[in-house]
Amino acid sequence: MSNECVQLAHGSGGKLSHDLIKDVMWPAFANEILGEMNDGAQLHISGCRLAFSTDSYVVKPLFFPGGDIGKLAVCGTVNDVAMNGALPLYLSAGFVLEEGFPIADLQRIVASMQQAAKEAGVHIVTGDTKVVEKGAVDGIYINTAGIGKIMDGIHISGKNALPGQNIILSGYLGEHSLAVMGERHGLQFPQSVRSDCAPLNGLVEAMLTAVPKVAVLRDPTRGGLATTLNEIALQSGVGIMLEETHIPISSAVQAACDILGFDPLYLANEGKMVVFVEPESTNQVLDIMQQHVYGSEARVIGTVVKEPRGQVGLRTRIGGVRLLDMLVGDQLPRIC
Amino acid sequence: MLSMTNEEVKKAAAFFTREIEKLASGRSLRLMEVCGTHTVSIFKSGIRQLLPENVELVSGPGCPVCVTPNEYLDTAIAYSRKSDVMITTFGDMLKVPGSSSTLAKEKAQGSDIRIVYSSLEALEFAAKNPDKKVIFLAVGFETTAPTAAAAILMADETHLTNFYVLSAHKLVPPALRALLASGKSHVDGFLLPGHVSAIIGLQPYDFLSKEYHIPGVVAGFEPLDILQAVYMLLLQIHDQTARLENQYSRIVPKEGNPSACRILSQVYQQSDAVWRGLGKIPNSGMSIREKYQAFDALLNIPIIVEETKEASQCQCGKVLRGLLQPSNCLLFGKACRPEHPIGSCMVSVEGTCAAWYKYGAGRWQV
Ligand code: SF4
Repeated sequence: MSNECVQLAHGSGGKLSHDLIKDVMWPAFANEILGEMNDGAQLHISGCRLAFSTDSYVVKPLFFPGGDIGKLAVCGTVNDVAMNGALPLYLSAGFVLEEGFPIADLQRIVASMQQAAKEAGVHIVTGDTKVVEKGAVDGIYINTAGIGKIMDGIHISGKNALPGQNIILSGYLGEHSLAVMGERHGLQFPQSVRSDCAPLNGLVEAMLTAVPKVAVLRDPTRGGLATTLNEIALQSGVGIMLEETHIPISSAVQAACDILGFDPLYLANEGKMVVFVEPESTNQVLDIMQQHVYGSEARVIGTVVKEPRGQVGLRTRIGGVRLLDMLVGDQLPRIC
Repeated sequence: MLSMTNEEVKKAAAFFTREIEKLASGRSLRLMEVCGTHTVSIFKSGIRQLLPENVELVSGPGCPVCVTPNEYLDTAIAYSRKSDVMITTFGDMLKVPGSSSTLAKEKAQGSDIRIVYSSLEALEFAAKNPDKKVIFLAVGFETTAPTAAAAILMADETHLTNFYVLSAHKLVPPALRALLASGKSHVDGFLLPGHVSAIIGLQPYDFLSKEYHIPGVVAGFEPLDILQAVYMLLLQIHDQTARLENQYSRIVPKEGNPSACRILSQVYQQSDAVWRGLGKIPNSGMSIREKYQAFDALLNIPIIVEETKEASQCQCGKVLRGLLQPSNCLLFGKACRPEHPIGSCMVSVEGTCAAWYKYGAGRWQV
């Protein structure tokens, strides 16, 4: 890899991103906590269990139907912390601004961050601002990091998937990707598509308070549902079998995907999660999710199976079964 | 078909599957799908798993990116290295290996290459960047060619002087004829491409049944469309007849789309073209007519292109003719994977090797 250079596909969240992390980051940073490969680090500090996560946001365009880069930067990190079974408490925000960036836009973005933080019940308590020469960045990049307290008695990890568990998806797929892409390319979809960008910590808290036994939580962002489930299958050494007809995809997203030739199972989401849970708790979790505004369309989309390990299969509408692979670097640069 | 309930779809699929099994019993059949979108749909819906082992679906030269020869890519890459050129292209082309580089690598090293979703978007880039020569990589069959032709007409009307097309457009029927004429690809029936047929109509495929006595069915892209078309082919084979049938009549009129054909022949003329794996096929390409030559990149922007080299051991040529299953290529899944493709069939989303790899060869292992 040493004589190659970074390509956009290395940032797509799919196989190439994994290779980059495995070959370049991992040898330098390797430690036990990083090796857990969850959405954030789970830390034990003086008897306290904390979740800690960071992400950088480079979306283009900055404003899109259903959200903007600021809302995304807050919700994305809040969700990463929440996916560890934690209550997000504090965020940091780092800004890299391009010389010439309109202050009015910055104000709009910051207001939107404040609004999203308020909804999520977190505080932005530290930050940093850098300005670079025109052309060095594309308008504005935002990095956020978040810290939260892992709820007592909760043990969530991508390693916890076991055969027999049900997989619940909280709602419709693909809206974020398509809203951003539609805006970027000026595409008129048959029906309007809005980003689903939302903080999921409230939903997670409600769920885990009632059913602490949840095994895995993950939000299918870059790489979409397919890549997320592949990661979990690998982490846990299990197989996953999905039912195509159970996966919620809106007609607007399906129509847009048909036009563009995309598969909604690989599109990024910013307000959805998958939940792995034992059969006896499934209905209770579903009930709680469906009562929450961000989980009202939740449904069981598949189960964990023993074999083939590390692979995801999809039973299709006509009754065939096929492999559902990870995303391999896509054509959609910078969607989240 | 979208209006059917899940239960109805399952029932219909089970009916076709059962009948196909009955009709095919006792014989070994090879049906060729000639469209990359069919290939993807077949794998994506798990059709290979539903068909009996003795009915084999093989992919033909129906993926436009796959059949584009190295030389074209080398030319595009050479253009991308010029500082006054902006390349506009569908995303698929980025990763296709040329002789020594890819457009993705050139882009990472600073070439101005933009992904577009339509030829009209390329036109917009030209309008917004008057200081650049904007070249649109026009790759595709009869389906996409009319939009590139429309872009040329529009550029002409609006007097855009910095918009160029590097045309690699190809025609499907001459390729099928070349395939059959070679005598090597033994095919018992063709699943013909629905989208292409929506433009050109049915007549161009007449030679299949008339000259070669091979059944053909124009098929849609829903999984049930494909199963039904396979069933229709098997009925013909069983009755020992060879006709041209239209399973996709809800979209494909017998005469095609005359206005699209008109735009095509206004801007393009048929010419010989080189196909990856199939070589030069007479009258299988489309070159820009003299009247619109101002938009032909090759004629207007001089370029020196490196000598074309083929990746050694890559068997794309055989895969594209239906002579080899991807898994029988020595590189498949080893040196050649979607993240490190050696040949074009592994790059394109519609490529046969990519579909085999991505969908686990289409047969689930449990
Ligand atoms: S597996 Fe790779 S090298 Fe082999 S034929 Fe396919 S694309 Fe070419």
